[in-house]
Amino acid sequence: MIFLDNLINGLSLGSIYAIIALGYTMVYGIAKMLNFAHGDVIMVGAYVAFCGLQYWGLPPVVAILASMAICTVLGITIEGLAYRPLRQAASLAVLITAIGMSYLLQNVALMIWGANPKSFPPTFINSTTFRLGQLRVSSATVITILANIVIMVSLTLFTAKTKMGKAMRCVSEDRGAAELMGINVNRTISVTFAIGSALAAIAGVLLCSSYPILQPTTGSMPGIKAFTAAVFGGIGSIPGAMLGGVLLGVIEIFGKAYISTELGDAIVFAVLIVVLLVKPTGLLGKPVREKV
Amino acid sequence: MSQQVKRRANTKMVPLQSDAIVPERDINKAPVLEARHLGIEFGGLKAVDDFNLTIGKTEIAGLIGPNGAGKTTVFNLITKVYEPTMGAVLINGRDTHGMNIVQASKLGIARTFQNIRLFDQMTVEENVRIGLHNQIKYNMFTGMLRLPAYWKQEKKQHDRALELLHIFDMEKLADEQAGSLPYGAQRRLEIVRALATNPSLLLLDEPAAGMNPHETEELMENIAKIRDQFQIAILLIEHDMSLVMGVCEGICVLNFGKIIAKGTADEIQANPVVIEAYLGKKKEGQA
Amino acid sequence: MTKAKRNRLIYNIVTYALVIAAFLILQSMIANKTITRSLKGQLVPICCWIVMAVSLNLVIGISGELSLGHAGFMSIGAYTGAVVSGWLLNAFAVENTLLRLVLAIIAGGVMAGILGALIGIPVLRLRGDYLAIVTLAFGEIIRSLVNVLYIGVSDGRLRFSFLTKDMPEGTVMLVDGAKGAVKIKPISTFTVGFVLILITLFVVLNLINSRAGCAIKATRDNRIAAESMGIPVTKYKMIAFTTAAALAGMAGALYGLNSSTVVPTQFTFNQSINVLVFVVLGGLGNVLGSVISATLLTVLPEVLRAFSDYRMLAYAIVLILVMIFTNNPLIRSFVNRLFSPIKRLFRKNKQGGDIA
Repeated sequence: MIFLDNLINGLSLGSIYAIIALGYTMVYGIAKMLNFAHGDVIMVGAYVAFCGLQYWGLPPVVAILASMAICTVLGITIEGLAYRPLRQAASLAVLITAIGMSYLLQNVALMIWGANPKSFPPTFINSTTFRLGQLRVSSATVITILANIVIMVSLTLFTAKTKMGKAMRCVSEDRGAAELMGINVNRTISVTFAIGSALAAIAGVLLCSSYPILQPTTGSMPGIKAFTAAVFGGIGSIPGAMLGGVLLGVIEIFGKAYISTELGDAIVFAVLIVVLLVKPTGLLGKPVREKV
Repeated sequence: MSQQVKRRANTKMVPLQSDAIVPERDINKAPVLEARHLGIEFGGLKAVDDFNLTIGKTEIAGLIGPNGAGKTTVFNLITKVYEPTMGAVLINGRDTHGMNIVQASKLGIARTFQNIRLFDQMTVEENVRIGLHNQIKYNMFTGMLRLPAYWKQEKKQHDRALELLHIFDMEKLADEQAGSLPYGAQRRLEIVRALATNPSLLLLDEPAAGMNPHETEELMENIAKIRDQFQIAILLIEHDMSLVMGVCEGICVLNFGKIIAKGTADEIQANPVVIEAYLGKKKEGQA
Repeated sequence: MTKAKRNRLIYNIVTYALVIAAFLILQSMIANKTITRSLKGQLVPICCWIVMAVSLNLVIGISGELSLGHAGFMSIGAYTGAVVSGWLLNAFAVENTLLRLVLAIIAGGVMAGILGALIGIPVLRLRGDYLAIVTLAFGEIIRSLVNVLYIGVSDGRLRFSFLTKDMPEGTVMLVDGAKGAVKIKPISTFTVGFVLILITLFVVLNLINSRAGCAIKATRDNRIAAESMGIPVTKYKMIAFTTAAALAGMAGALYGLNSSTVVPTQFTFNQSINVLVFVVLGGLGNVLGSVISATLLTVLPEVLRAFSDYRMLAYAIVLILVMIFTNNPLIRSFVNRLFSPIKRLFRKNKQGGDIA
């Protein structure tokens, strides 16, 4: 029974990682950069939803939509102001900029909302608990897992069927060729950031529904772990992000339950290191050959 | 039909008698480079297939072919950037199976790159010194503690670097940043850097690309000069036919990853298969 | 002597001279008692951060790899230093503080160096962003592990336990899990810190200008070309990474022995980012720049209270702006044009020069 309990918790946490990992994997696949600030967009999303619920008295659905809208704008702004000027620069410079952006978001959040942790108000997401015999499953868990599946399916359809999705795949394969074919690369990258950031807002709300403590650093650790998940699954691959995220969540919960609570994070990172050494392209990633 | 050799592990290849195009310089000598049934597949596509080439000591050979024929891939196979999926590469009689780029370089291959790969942020002299790296013998601690051996070797390195730069009259540029040099000078610096590694085989990937006719002519003379002075073999990829025909003693034509012709400049120019590859098939009835 | 060599020599002399002059001035201020209390308390930490910044610059600026786990090596040094010092005192009754400090710093450097080498072997095969995230992961793993590490001395021998505090009665605890390294006798001195800076400068500057340094820079500029020239790339990245780790360990030991406790939360990812800011602001590959920016950014929050509140915000903006200004081709050419009259003014008697 404890095993099943842990498994469900792991799936739920893993689903959150998977949704965050999608943002990383899409941006990495298309803009070829590690958007270190992605985790902090989650935090902003959670804070906006918190304000909507607590201060503005919005209904939960509207609060979530508002949070998604603001995060989308934020994502596009970050990309346009900080990353676009560095499109041709070395990856070292882009990564340092992204780290700077992550810190900027955290500190702006610190100035606006203060350092004291806020407790995220309960919504329809975590309203009830289902009972299956002895097993108790909170509605947050169910909704998180369902949201993950819905997002995954719709994103896969989006990239496969729509014009913008096809443009994204083109830019990811060969930016230069895509440009020559008349695809607006800058706009495609902006849309990628917009989608990733909107997903980050959802992830933020889901994260805080399961773990209702909100502070400016809330996003950074899940962000780093979700990147780990994206790498685990194979960076650039949407099903990979889902697989990596879910596996990592399960590994983390089981590690905490059966090995040591203190070493939960260490286990997650050890997984990352082992994966990168054994199969650097991740579980579902494609190998990339450097052109000489 | 040529016989395909699927590579088996642990089969040591031994060099064959040279069938180099310039035999008079190769009597009783093992070839510098021998590519035997060389091939590589990228996801089912045979980028290079059954590539056989022997280059004798002090031979200048050309590798030509239309764009996308697999010329640079051949270079990458010889220098071990890619591990061949078929066949073998022997350098100075040594089988390079399983070696990496560094080990291949130590066997005596040096190369330049189609899209110039200089150490942009370093000076011209430092670039050449990197080529000298493996000939300088002092360890890290000697360098850190600045023992006499360090200064002696530094002096030696400096003199040798200037000597090499003199080939192209580039000594004056020694202190310039490599990335800020004009295009032609960057190409020449790449050749000097490659020569600094003391190779027995020099691979030049489009050395005349982006040069004007005058510069190309100068380069042509210099390639011959380098061969005579350093007594090395040179294999070059080039689209400028005046350079290839003018300086190469043997020419190998590649199309769709396969060799379609081998021979001297005159033979190649008269070869109908080569003309077809470059200009397309003549229609019936046309002159 | 060539122009490039002369510039490099002048640059090195200026670097050493500046550090020595600063030391002499501060020493005379201490002798005259004109130094403020808060600045005096900052002297040893400044030394530590200078060593951290210069060593990280070796990895980022010279070898071109972003390491985000530098604070992890510092914590290894701090813990090792505290344990060695406590062990020498409790088990061997070594009363001489200078001897204890020097041995602790050496031990910290060796420990961090070994760990750096062990981590480097797998990590340096990776490239770019992956390497950054894996060094970050290692930093976090180190922090998690010391959180559940217990080390004590009893009957003259060291006792280790992991996850649970399993020590015999009467054990003197040196490392107590999440409480960190406890009951340290602060023995660090400014003079030792100054000597450590000199050693760091000596090692790093000489390494940069030697055969190995050239090879490391070549690897940074173009990996494939360096390999084609016969440079064993991984070996040289290892040299840079391990040297930097060892120096960070030494700085950590000095830092740890400057206070009475060392806790794991002092060496989080944030601390690695602080050092990254020193390096970026001082200029990638510019050792003198790292020394100056580490000093200024450590002193500034003490002097300016207002700055201390917005320190992290300012750091974030610094990182972004410096990167955009130095890497965007349009902005760079604009800035160059802005500064070209000034540069022309200095051309005749140019001093220093960038070593990278």
